[in-house]
Amino acid sequence: MSLIVDGTQTKKTEGNPQVTQAAASLGSQALAERPRAMVSGLKIKESAVKTENNRSLPVVPPGEDSERAARSRERAQTFIMPAVALFFLCLFWEIYSRREGVVLPGPLKTVRESWNFIAHPFFDHGANDKGLGWQLLSSLQRVALGYSLAAVVGVLFGILIGKSALAFKAFDPIFQVLRTIPPLAWLPISLATFNQANPSAIFVIFITAVWPILINTSVGVMRIPAEYENVAKVYKLQGRRYFFKVLLPSAAPYIFTGLRISIGMAWLAIVAAEMLTGGVGIGFFIWDSWNSSRMSDIILSVVYVGLVGLILDRLVAKLSSWFGTRLD
Amino acid sequence: MTNPIITKTDLAPAFEEDRDARFVNIKAVHKVFGAGKKRYHALAGVDLRIAKGEFVSIIGHSGCGKSTLLNLVAGLNLPTTGSVQVNGKEVEAPGLDRAVVFQSHSLLPWLTVLENVQISVDSVHPEWNAKARAAEANRFVEMVHLGKHAHKKPGEISGGMKQRVGIARAFAADPQVLLLDEPFGALDALTRGSMQDELTTIWNDNRKTVMMITHDVDEAIFLSDRIVLMSNGPEAVIAKVVAVDIPRPRTREGLLENPLYMELRKELLHYLIGTGHAVAEAAA
Repeated sequence: MSLIVDGTQTKKTEGNPQVTQAAASLGSQALAERPRAMVSGLKIKESAVKTENNRSLPVVPPGEDSERAARSRERAQTFIMPAVALFFLCLFWEIYSRREGVVLPGPLKTVRESWNFIAHPFFDHGANDKGLGWQLLSSLQRVALGYSLAAVVGVLFGILIGKSALAFKAFDPIFQVLRTIPPLAWLPISLATFNQANPSAIFVIFITAVWPILINTSVGVMRIPAEYENVAKVYKLQGRRYFFKVLLPSAAPYIFTGLRISIGMAWLAIVAAEMLTGGVGIGFFIWDSWNSSRMSDIILSVVYVGLVGLILDRLVAKLSSWFGTRLD
Repeated sequence: MTNPIITKTDLAPAFEEDRDARFVNIKAVHKVFGAGKKRYHALAGVDLRIAKGEFVSIIGHSGCGKSTLLNLVAGLNLPTTGSVQVNGKEVEAPGLDRAVVFQSHSLLPWLTVLENVQISVDSVHPEWNAKARAAEANRFVEMVHLGKHAHKKPGEISGGMKQRVGIARAFAADPQVLLLDEPFGALDALTRGSMQDELTTIWNDNRKTVMMITHDVDEAIFLSDRIVLMSNGPEAVIAKVVAVDIPRPRTREGLLENPLYMELRKELLHYLIGTGHAVAEAAA
């Protein structure tokens, strides 16, 4: 059950703005880096408050003003610090790329060579010759289809399995095996079944994204506290009312955890799947660029893929926190 | 209704009276949990009758099977042998005629105070329109003086308020029997006192049949018509039933000056301390 991330854990960190900001700037992937980030984040805050107080002491007593200043300073830091880090990263990359025998273009060369793609994201010269905006959109469309399907099937089956101990015993071992299969391993089967590239890619998204949703939902349903079940029994919350007033809100944190894990995996899978299936899509664009040795275009696409992945992750997180505040 | 042999009116006086006297009728109940090594014989032959409109408290040490007994009446558990009847009907499942106020308040945290109370109104009166049901729920929220907090979530109100919502939810189901499972156990002494006063007032207006589990001797005397003492588990039985012949309405000050109160208190504490020693010895 390594896929289950307790919903309460994320909530705890939300209580501490420094921790969340520090962790957020590092990205949710860098879990191991979190403790260090927390320490450094706190230190920065402490020193900021101190200098602020020392400066303002002779004029006005430390109060709302200094607090507000500290807050805006902290807010500025959350934007400035990543920019500084990015600058140095690009600097080292530039220096490295200028060494002899290095094929990898530096950041300046990348921007220069792929400027046409950066400046015109939505050009359309027919067939596969389209701007990166179109490429990304068609990939997103596939993800949206496969992911929505996975969400519906995953939640429904998750509830079914979570509600029946017998069904859970029957299916859980199978799911545990299926969920470890890498997305691309499904592609040949999928191609053989659908005979077409597009449905195959969508199926790969579906089959990749469905397991975390399904498993988390079933666990969330199984872990509905006994006291809520007793309330439902005594006060006769049955059928639709039980579903909407007890089951769904109680399992929601688990369901959203599954949805959030899945969106990342779906985006991961689409790029890989498109490389093999072709057509319009960011995955195939990367593959096509590789075949025509356009390294700069590859780097640009990879950056776009990362940014879109981040946006998708944040969208689902936002959705879950929106429901979280409503449900909790 | 058209039974030609026995009509209700024929038997009315005697039958009705008898049924009211054993409104809650627990007969030779045994409850065994689990099997094999994990087998636990919680209740070993419990007999108890509670009359209609009577307030009965059950006192005993932790783990003596008080809550098990309450759950049997609630229908959340079924007896292994023996029978539990309420109003002449065998208890087979939980039902709105036996509303429970849970120890841990058990409010649904994603619903407001009003919505939590309304879940029982919705169940009792599904035929009413939404407005009427909300008004009814509101009436019970007002009854426990939470009108100002009706639209807050349980997380935003105090422990005492939560328990009042639990009580409102139970009364809103208009039950025949009210089951209180250590309702004030988690509250501080002051809140507890005011909650007991509030419960007395509500009970005086409604005269529901009440079965309450408690640890608190004073609470039991203050509220009950009879107090049931249970022996220690496993294989718990009813050790003693004490009638509280103190006239109502009772006040805390009045009780302190009542010689019967002091006597009862002594008797109950004596019993509890005695069995408490037995528990300690058994553990040692």
